[in-house]
Amino acid sequence: MKLSTLKRHMKEGTRNTWRNSWMTIASVGAVTTTLILVGTFLILMFNLNHVAEQLEEDVQIKTMIDLTAEQSEVNQLEENIRSIDEVGTVEFRTKEEELESLIESMGEQGEAWEMYQQSNPLNDVFVVKAADPANTAKVANEIGTLNAVDKVEYGEDYVDRLFTFNDYARNIGLILIVALIFTAIFLISNTIKITIMARKKEINIMKLVGATNGFIRWPFFVEGLILGVLGSIIPVALTLFGYYYLTHNVVIFEQFSFVQLLPFTPFAWQVSGLIIGIGAAIGVWGSVMSVRKFLKV
Amino acid sequence: MIDMQDIYMTYPNGVVALNGINVTIEQGEFVYIVGPSGAGKSTFSKMLLREEVPDRGRIIVNNKDLSNLKMKEIPYLRRDVGMVYQDFRLLPRLTVYENISFALEVIEESPKSIRRRVMEVLDLVGLKNKARFIPDELSGGEQQRVAIARAIANRPQLLIADEPTGNLDPETSWEIMRILEEINNTGTTVIMATHSREIVNAIKKRVIAIEDGLIVRDEHRGEYGYEA
Ligand SMILES: Nc1ncnc2c1ncn2[C@@H]1O[C@H](COP(=O)(O)OP(=O)(O)OP(=O)(O)O)[C@@H](O)[C@H]1O
Ligand SMILES: [Mg+2]
Repeated sequence: MKLSTLKRHMKEGTRNTWRNSWMTIASVGAVTTTLILVGTFLILMFNLNHVAEQLEEDVQIKTMIDLTAEQSEVNQLEENIRSIDEVGTVEFRTKEEELESLIESMGEQGEAWEMYQQSNPLNDVFVVKAADPANTAKVANEIGTLNAVDKVEYGEDYVDRLFTFNDYARNIGLILIVALIFTAIFLISNTIKITIMARKKEINIMKLVGATNGFIRWPFFVEGLILGVLGSIIPVALTLFGYYYLTHNVVIFEQFSFVQLLPFTPFAWQVSGLIIGIGAAIGVWGSVMSVRKFLKV
Repeated sequence: MIDMQDIYMTYPNGVVALNGINVTIEQGEFVYIVGPSGAGKSTFSKMLLREEVPDRGRIIVNNKDLSNLKMKEIPYLRRDVGMVYQDFRLLPRLTVYENISFALEVIEESPKSIRRRVMEVLDLVGLKNKARFIPDELSGGEQQRVAIARAIANRPQLLIADEPTGNLDPETSWEIMRILEEINNTGTTVIMATHSREIVNAIKKRVIAIEDGLIVRDEHRGEYGYEA
């Protein structure tokens, strides 16, 4: 396509948006509403995912070493653990360190355990993390079969539930987002269709003087793009201001210091980009779809 | 240039508009189509642009066989055929200038040559001073001249004019005829449907008479042949 033709399409598209101002307001409203919801879902989903990842990070496998194991057997065990493909890190902790951290984690009640410092009932342990937390159960099972292992612990229930919850949240979020997007496309294409009835005669004439379908569709493409981008202004502003407020001024999150929201930069900007992209896609798709039926002349 | 064989055409409402048309028109000819109202003259013209499709029969325009023309090729057929519609078919929201330039934008002419050509054809039809008007602000005759200007703007091989003098005073009608003849002299085939006995009898050309969807007469340098 020639540059002058592209310019013509841009001018024509802009002019149509301007001229059909009611249609523009209605469509932009539909896009805006959709994108606010989509943006909220996106922020929720990504943060949920982020929190889950942080919790997953903490998922560790405690390999209790047999009390009777010789030093050479312990060395051999470490080597065996390291040779499992999915293993990420392996850390040795003595039973004294284990008791120490147990007492600490119990706080007040921990004092009751201090008497055990004389005859420590705990095992030395290897603290193992799978490279990918999703493989935790598999790694734990494999370690369980090795020599010199007394017991393997990894909070099975908690890990499994975490993964399941995360999957559900992600899928439901995605389905909702897709449903919202299609609703918006449908709304826009119908809104534009109302004004196209008036433009039907024009499209017909354009075809009779030899315009190709592509030529007629282009201004609609531009128009859709404009509608989409206009519709994403308020959602982007809400995302930026809202997320800034959330990450900088809301205090509850400080109490759960282990739960960190994704940092404002770059996350809020990335979501904004995504919102504009989705908005543009909704606008273009809706607009181009609306004209399809009228091109068969 | 044009070859029609056994063309039948029925509108969706059951009206039979063409009832077995056979005709050949050579490049560079000037042809009048005459006949009573409702005879099928406009339908005949629309066939040539593939605006209407025959039930059966074969049409060749500009060496293109319309019966197996792909959807994609239709715009290119139409660019070689200028059409002046009986009801003008101007774009109501565009100015006179834009209505004409549109036909040139479609074929991706450069903006500079578009500007030159639009002024040229506006000059030809005597509407240079109305370039910024929209169709609703023009008289019927002026709209008709805009339609002619648009049809000839991209120098088509074939110009079809459906009653181009229908709304004009006699003086302007002769002016339009002068324009059509001029275009015809440059080698463009001109087909003109008309009810004007004065014009047909004064400017002698080939005359094809259609009645009830059939060609009933085809004469070189013919007469109008109907009572006024
Ligand atoms: N779009 C249409 N739908 C149904 N019937 C139509 C349509 N257009 C034309 N007709 C019918 O087809 C027949 C031929 O019409 P056409 O317009 O070709 O006549 P015409 O010779 O151009 O008449 P006129 O001199 O009045 O312009 C008429 O009976 C008319 O009623
Ligand atoms: Mg007619």
